Amino acid sequence: MMLDGLYQDIILDHYKHPHGRGLRERFDGEAHHVNPTCGDEITVRVNADLSEISYDGLGCSISQASASVLHELLQGRDAHDAGEIHQAFVELMQGRGQVEPDEEMLGDGIAFAGVAKFPARVKCALLPWMAFKDAAARAGVEVGASPEVKA
Amino acid sequence: MSFDVARVRKDFPIFEREVNGHPLVYLDSANTSQKPVQVLDVMRAHQERHNGNVSRSVHTLGTESTERYEAARAKVAAFIGAGRPDEVIFTKNSTEAINLVAHAAGQLLALGPGDEIVISEMEHHSNLVPWQLLCERTGATLRWFGITDEGRLDESGLDELVNERTKLVSVVHMSNVLGTINDVSALVARARQVGALVMLDCSQSVPHFPVDVRELGVDFIAFTGHKMLGPTGIGVLWGRFDLLSEMPPFLAGGSMIETVTMGRTTYAPPPARFEAGTPPITEAIGLGAAVDYLTGIGMDEIHRHEQEITRYALEQLSAVPDVRIYGPASPAGRGGTVSFGVEGVHPHDVGQILDALGVEVRVGHHCARPVCVRFGVPAMTRASFYLYTTTEEIDALARGLDQVRKVFG
Repeated sequence: MMLDGLYQDIILDHYKHPHGRGLRERFDGEAHHVNPTCGDEITVRVNADLSEISYDGLGCSISQASASVLHELLQGRDAHDAGEIHQAFVELMQGRGQVEPDEEMLGDGIAFAGVAKFPARVKCALLPWMAFKDAAARAGVEVGASPEVKA
Repeated sequence: MSFDVARVRKDFPIFEREVNGHPLVYLDSANTSQKPVQVLDVMRAHQERHNGNVSRSVHTLGTESTERYEAARAKVAAFIGAGRPDEVIFTKNSTEAINLVAHAAGQLLALGPGDEIVISEMEHHSNLVPWQLLCERTGATLRWFGITDEGRLDESGLDELVNERTKLVSVVHMSNVLGTINDVSALVARARQVGALVMLDCSQSVPHFPVDVRELGVDFIAFTGHKMLGPTGIGVLWGRFDLLSEMPPFLAGGSMIETVTMGRTTYAPPPARFEAGTPPITEAIGLGAAVDYLTGIGMDEIHRHEQEITRYALEQLSAVPDVRIYGPASPAGRGGTVSFGVEGVHPHDVGQILDALGVEVRVGHHCARPVCVRFGVPAMTRASFYLYTTTEEIDALARGLDQVRKVFG
């Protein structure tokens, strides 16, 4: 079925067993993002040294699994590495399925390569990443240039 | 001749196509309807043979276009039982029609602090945000009816909610999420008692069952062409002529004037006063063709067919484990729009898996976020039906939901 590219087992695993879900009390920056077309919501909190990244939200399997993967990939990284990973994930999602993902850098994030072929779902996958970027900025951490989110 | 859904479907070329390798199962007519060849042909013939601008040309093409445009207005007027064609104003869509009233009637009412506008929790954002903005502009207060657990308008506080401070009541005739058809007779009677104007958002009602504005006894209704087999870009505001003729313009420009000097302008009578600029001519004529098509089949027949489909869908969906239906549980007092949730699966994921099987449904908050909030969910999945919907399509939906539960089980 065509959906195999979208609902990879890795994505369904992260959706059913999310990593790092639940907001921490101590944080330096917080951002709440919504997807106005579907009502999905996420809140992301970060510490200034990125030692803690926590989140909570309501949404589809793609957005919630993406938040879990983000937590796994970025928590404990320095700002430079987090920025590189962030950029690689955004490029993958905006690549319309033409970008070959770097597994070493993106880990479970490569499972989202198939999502890039479903333009209506790219925003779902990017929702936590955009919220993270804003939360980090409010904590005084810059994680790369602001990408243009399409579709 | 009795209603024959197979014959109806032959008029809609889109049903010949497949989606993701499956026959198209289109269950999103509350969002936009499909178009019969009779409408498409009329629009194409107009562009090919009669195209000219309306209401300003003395030449033959301009005259033919004007005649066709005004004939469409007369067809729409007859379709909704309007007293005269001049009560029908062509707009871009329902949203523009409601905004027109919020501006022009809002100005006529000279609203200020202490005045109240009443809507409901059941509204599409298009019948909510324009009134919020009107209240912000004027200092008037926005109030609203709630929704009962069964998904009906909660009129228990009617006499308090609609009172001598109420200047205008605007509610939805049929909910685009719950499918509820609101019997507005008590509401209209109370509004009359206190001298408030009444507007109905008929976007989901006029396409699906007979609507007669004189029977309803309201002041304004809004609906849109693309949900009733017509094209996008054409909507309708119907208003009582005496009210329309007192209302100031909304958009200003060409076609809506009587005399213009550099200093000031006087305005044309309705409907021209509210149709500034070149209107969507071909689209209006297409809507007229859609009205002809619907009338030819008969709105009573269409409603009866949709009631049968709705009864079948409610039965089939109730039989799927983990499915919860929002809104009235029986076909009485509801139309062919059924929203539901699948326990543990987000509507986006439901919609995606159904799409892979060729089943097209709407997911999200349906531009009526307060309705979702009322039922404690961020989003819903919605299947909506029309004259071309079959029981086989409902079966395909039920099979698709089994697949959804398999993937996320």
